[in-house]
Amino acid sequence: MLAAQNLSLDRGGVRVVDGVSAALQPGAITAIVGPNGAGKSSLLLGLAGLIDPVEGAVLLQGRALGDIPPRERAQAIGYLPQAPEIAWDVAVENLVALGRLPWRDRGADAVEAALTALALQELRKRPASRLSGGERARVLLARVLAGEPRWILADEPLAALDLAHQLRLIAHFKSCAQAGQGVVVVLHDLALAMNHADRVLVLDQGRLVAKGPAADALAPDMIAQVWGIAARWLGDDGAKALVASEPSPARPPAP
Amino acid sequence: MNRAVLVFAVLLAALVPLSLLAGRVWINPFDVAGSGAANAALILAELRLPRAVLAIIVGAGLGAAGAAMQGYLRNPLADPGLFGIAPMAALGAVASFWLGAAIPPAWAAWSLPLLALTGAGTGMALLALIAGRTSSDAAGGAGGGIALFTLAGLMIASLAGALTALAITLAPNPFALSEIVMWLNGALTDRSWREVMIAAPLVVAGIAVLALAARSLDALTLGEEAARSMGLDPARLLWLLVIGVGLTVGAGVAVAGIIGFVGLVVPHLVRPLTDRLPSSLILPSALAGACLVLAADSIVRVLPLVTELRLGIALSLIGAPFFLWLLVKMRRGRL
Repeated sequence: MLAAQNLSLDRGGVRVVDGVSAALQPGAITAIVGPNGAGKSSLLLGLAGLIDPVEGAVLLQGRALGDIPPRERAQAIGYLPQAPEIAWDVAVENLVALGRLPWRDRGADAVEAALTALALQELRKRPASRLSGGERARVLLARVLAGEPRWILADEPLAALDLAHQLRLIAHFKSCAQAGQGVVVVLHDLALAMNHADRVLVLDQGRLVAKGPAADALAPDMIAQVWGIAARWLGDDGAKALVASEPSPARPPAP
Repeated sequence: MNRAVLVFAVLLAALVPLSLLAGRVWINPFDVAGSGAANAALILAELRLPRAVLAIIVGAGLGAAGAAMQGYLRNPLADPGLFGIAPMAALGAVASFWLGAAIPPAWAAWSLPLLALTGAGTGMALLALIAGRTSSDAAGGAGGGIALFTLAGLMIASLAGALTALAITLAPNPFALSEIVMWLNGALTDRSWREVMIAAPLVVAGIAVLALAARSLDALTLGEEAARSMGLDPARLLWLLVIGVGLTVGAGVAVAGIIGFVGLVVPHLVRPLTDRLPSSLILPSALAGACLVLAADSIVRVLPLVTELRLGIALSLIGAPFFLWLLVKMRRGRL
């Protein structure tokens, strides 16, 4: 169990996450959504133990993350940053093997399983500079999987991908969740959250304003309140599309 | 053990005997009983061997430090000089020329390296002071910790450089002036076993400290946040870097003066032979740095010039065109 308890985070002296409490479910996909600057990425960093809380705590199996040695924390929580940074022109299999760093072993089986899960076997010798955007995203996710974490925390993993690659990556997240791992993703695209997340956390200006099943947390009322747009959902369950129209008079978007 | 270690170890093993034979006086290895044999033995034991050992030590330190710095800054253009330790060591050495006559004769031979080491140590202490402040930012997730720290190192470098320039313009006498200027352009001329004794333990310790940082540098390949999520302790890594680079570069400057470009160039020679992860570069870069400095020092000895070309100048003459080539290559995308 990974849980935020009255969690408040500051970055650069500014409160970016304010009193968030949420228990995350293993074996499910949780999406964190909200407008730009709502504190989604900061909350994810906090959940990964990479920002120390100003108030409250993040608990992993009942222990505060700050009390867990970094390496032990890293074995339990895998974090995928938004920026797909690869500093050196390293071959795919060596990049994925970096995921074993928290374990200080070669973990050949885990690396092989991660390569297989993301269909990277044929690219294993390819250097990073010759990967496409979609391949790069898969390699970096495979790095996280190679660490066999109980929790996978990913910041906008789908943002740079075309539709087909988005769906393929989501399928990987789903199979992780089915295998019992907890998956937490920050998403910008509300339709992706609506269609694929088991639970959704809605953030607005650092506060948690809604949490629950996607259909409740992303109801048109909530979208109007948080994003300041009039919107409605079309289509069937699992394949819904969001249609947004004129700004809602209730709350004009911030200038 | 990777391929690069083997390649550069073999190269070094081939270079050492060549370097011992080469010089103003060439030594004939087959003339063991001839009239020149006694002289040759003296030249070997007292001049060429310590010089070769020193070239290996200084080069190894610079190579390893360069590989670690490039890994730490995730930048192929990084150089061990960026932390400002070499200019601080040079400033300490320049101070010894200034003190000149004030130093008791018994200490005279030791004053330069010891003051240079004091300078390097002061630089490391300043960096540590700054590190205490910037690494807490990094741990807070504010980012920019590494960039901020490097900027601080550059400021220390330019401060030390300015003070060195000041010392030159205010030199007490023309003799001191020419000694300072000569010394700043690093060289291994007329070095003895004393310098080897000073530098060897420090450089070896420094390389060992950098080797401890190797896996953390690998983690940084994926960026600071990903590295921390894999258990990297940024404060520990920063300390290892400051101590490791401080020892290798500080000791190198203390015995040989400023030798540029080795730390920058060597990791690029090594990288294509490895998997390109920083941890695979540190040991082979130490060996390759040793090869480069040993070869360059042998060449400056052999060149038919009236006065020996300074090693620091020679390496910069090789290094600058290489750097330009590197920039052109980088524009094409792959490094």
